[in-house]
Amino acid sequence: MDKRTTAAAVVRELRDGMTIGIGGWGSRRKPMALVREMLRSPLKDLTIVSYGGPDVGLLCAAGKVRRVVFGFVSLDSIPLEPHFRKARESGKVEAHELDEGMLQWGLYAAALRLPFLPTRAGLGSDVMQLYPGLKTVTSPYADGEQLVAMPALQLDVALVHLDRADAKGNGQFLGPDLYFDDLFCMAARRRFLSCERIVASEDFAKAGSHHTLRLSRMFVDGVVEAPGGAHPTECPPDYDRDEDFQREYAASAKSPEAWQAFQARYLALPDEAAYQAAVRAR
Amino acid sequence: MSEFTRAELCAVALAECFRGDGEILASAIGVLPTLGARLAKLSFAPDLLITDGLHGVLENPPPLGPPNGFQPVVEGWLPYRSVFDLLWAGRRHVVMGATQIDRFGNQNIACIGDPKHPRAQLLGMRGAPGNTINHPTSYWVPNHGPKSFVAKVDVVSGIGYDRAAALGSRAARFHEIRRVVSNLGVFDFRTRDHAMRLVSVHPGVSADQVLEKTGFALVVEDLVETRSPTDQELRLLRERLDPTGVAAREPLG
Repeated sequence: MDKRTTAAAVVRELRDGMTIGIGGWGSRRKPMALVREMLRSPLKDLTIVSYGGPDVGLLCAAGKVRRVVFGFVSLDSIPLEPHFRKARESGKVEAHELDEGMLQWGLYAAALRLPFLPTRAGLGSDVMQLYPGLKTVTSPYADGEQLVAMPALQLDVALVHLDRADAKGNGQFLGPDLYFDDLFCMAARRRFLSCERIVASEDFAKAGSHHTLRLSRMFVDGVVEAPGGAHPTECPPDYDRDEDFQREYAASAKSPEAWQAFQARYLALPDEAAYQAAVRAR
Repeated sequence: MSEFTRAELCAVALAECFRGDGEILASAIGVLPTLGARLAKLSFAPDLLITDGLHGVLENPPPLGPPNGFQPVVEGWLPYRSVFDLLWAGRRHVVMGATQIDRFGNQNIACIGDPKHPRAQLLGMRGAPGNTINHPTSYWVPNHGPKSFVAKVDVVSGIGYDRAAALGSRAARFHEIRRVVSNLGVFDFRTRDHAMRLVSVHPGVSADQVLEKTGFALVVEDLVETRSPTDQELRLLRERLDPTGVAAREPLG
C-alpha cells in the first residue's frame, strides 16, 4: 500500500465551498505546506475549522475563506492573529465561535458518527446565541439536566502535519501533544497527512514508543513528505517556531503594501521548495 | 516589613485566589497570575498542581525567564485533551484575563462591539464558557478603568452570576467566580445578589478612586487594605520564581 502523494495533488481534490479542518493548535504543528499550496490555488468560499493560528490568518488574508469555526485564533507568542483580526473587523469572514472544548466535542461527535454530544460547556454564554442553530438537550434520565447538544462538525477534508509517517499513512507525533489531529481525521471524509519525513514502518520504533503512534492509516487517504512543512509554526522535536519570521508575517498585516511585499517574497512562488529557499535566503 | 512593588502585591493577591483549593490544577493566564499560582504552591497551597505553561505538570514550580540551571521535576503529562477532561471534571481553578468584566462577573475576551461586525476582534471565546460552567474561575485585570469594568460586556465569554442564576441552580451548580484582582483592588461576589463587591484596596488606593474608575455601582462593605507580601513571599518571588524581574516589566494601569 502506498498513499504517498504531493501537496499539489491534495489541493486538486479540494473544491470551493468545502469545510476543511486543519490540525495543530495556534502556532504549533500546523500543516502549513498544504495551506501554502491552497494559497497557490483558485479555491474560495471555504469553511475552515481550526484551533486557529497562521493557517487561518493566511487563508483569510488571501481571500479563501467565507467562514471560520474556531475557539481562538492566535500566534501564541503574538496573542492576536493580525490577519484574522483584519478579516473579522472588515466583515470579510463570518465567525462561528465556540468554546475550545465544544470544538473538540463537535469533532468527536462527527468522528463517532453521532449527531451531537452533550456538554455543559457553553451554557449561559453568548456562544448559545452566536453559533448558528445551536440547541440544548434535556437529559432523558431522572436528573432532567439541560445540556448543550454540540452538533457534529462533519468535515469534507482534514489536513494535519506530524513528525513522521509511513507510506501507508500511519502517523507518528514526537512532540508533547497530539492536539486533536486524530479527531480531525476521523471527522473528515478525506484525510491528508503531511510530515517531516516518510520512514519505513519499522523505523517508527527508533524514534518513539508505541504511544506516539496515534494516527492510524485507517483515517488517512494521502501522505505528503514536507520537510519544514509546519514552518513558521513549531514542530518539536524537529524544530521550534520561527519567531523572527512570525514577526515578519504579523507585520505584513499593517498595510496592503506590506502584505503585497510579503506575498511577493514568500507566497507567490511556484512551490514549497521555492518557499523554503526564500525562507533560508533571509 | 520590606518594601514591595504593586506588581508583587498583585502577585500575592492572585496567589490568595488559590488558598484552600487543595489537590487541583492551578491554571493561570498571564505573567502575574502565573507567579501567583506558583507562589501559592510554594507557600500555603502545596497540594496544587502546577504546569510548565505547556504540557508538563511540575512538582517544583519553575522560574519565569531563562531556566538558569533549573531542573524541572515532571510529575504528570497534560496534553490539551487531558486538560479539557479534567476541567470538565471540575479539578481546576483558572485565573484568566478579562478585556471587559461586568457587575455580575460576566467576562469578555472575544471581541469589542457587535460580534457580527466587531470593532476589534480579540482572542475568541477560548475556554471561558466551559471553564466558568465547570469549575472556579478568577480574573486578573491589570488596567482597571471604565472600559474594563463595564456596566455590560459586549460579548459574554465567561458567564457571570446573573447568567448562572438564569440557568437554574442545577445546571450552574459548578459555577463560581472566586475573585477579581485588578491593579487597584480585590473583588468578590459574596453579596446577596452576587453583585461585585470591593473587598480590599491596594495600599495607596482609595475606595473613591476605585469607584470612579468602575463603570457600575460596586458594593463596598467591610473594606480593608490588600495584605502586604510577607518577607518569605518576597524572597520566593525575587530569588526563586522571578529572579530576572519579568513581573516588573508588566504594564499596570
